[in-house]
Amino acid sequence: MLAPCRQILAANAGDVLPKCELNSIDGGRAIDLGEFKGKVVYLDFWASWCGPCAKSFPFMNQLHHELGEQGVTMIGVNLDENAEDAKAFLSQYPANFTIAADKGEQCARQFDVKAMPSSYLIGRDGVIRHVHLGFRQDEGKELREMVEKLLAEKSPAADVK
Amino acid sequence: MMKLGRLAFMTIAFFLSLGVEGCAQVAPWQRGNLAKQHMALEPYPMQGSFRSHIYGSREAASGISSSEGGGCGCY
Repeated sequence: MLAPCRQILAANAGDVLPKCELNSIDGGRAIDLGEFKGKVVYLDFWASWCGPCAKSFPFMNQLHHELGEQGVTMIGVNLDENAEDAKAFLSQYPANFTIAADKGEQCARQFDVKAMPSSYLIGRDGVIRHVHLGFRQDEGKELREMVEKLLAEKSPAADVK
Repeated sequence: MMKLGRLAFMTIAFFLSLGVEGCAQVAPWQRGNLAKQHMALEPYPMQGSFRSHIYGSREAASGISSSEGGGCGCY
């Protein structure tokens, strides 16, 4: 029934990043996704109850550690209904990258998250380049290669100069 | 007679349509409660199959719970 509406909201590879604002997990400064233009963004939607999410955290930590300085911004967007669940998860699986919350589920709707976890690879030009649903251990290598490929691309701002 | 059939049809349709209200789209990120172990049809599959094995052998009712073997419990 809602299929036509979902079509409009859907964020697929090749689409421009939807406008949406993320909240900080402990009520701090909001994060606007627009401010990362010129950087490669690895946006991951996760929740504490999702098993593969727990598996993806060590991978994302490693990616942040190894490629963070080269211009990859990792953002883990928590979609737990209860913020305490997210905190308990984070104490068990610590993240060294940015963790944000999505109060009101606005971003999840805008991105039309189809699975947990869902990872969106966003290029320097602010275009979604790849959507990855779920996470399995052996998919890390492929994701890493894609991130490296996006990093190798020139920033659109650099062309103007 | 025709009128009664029509009324019966309308009544059934009415009660069926009440069920439509129970349908709701649950977004993937809203499935936290559904992901809990006790929401599974079979929360403990190992324990479940063990129990059905005992049931099948002790009740001499093999076949009723689609398990193989006879009533002796020696599969």
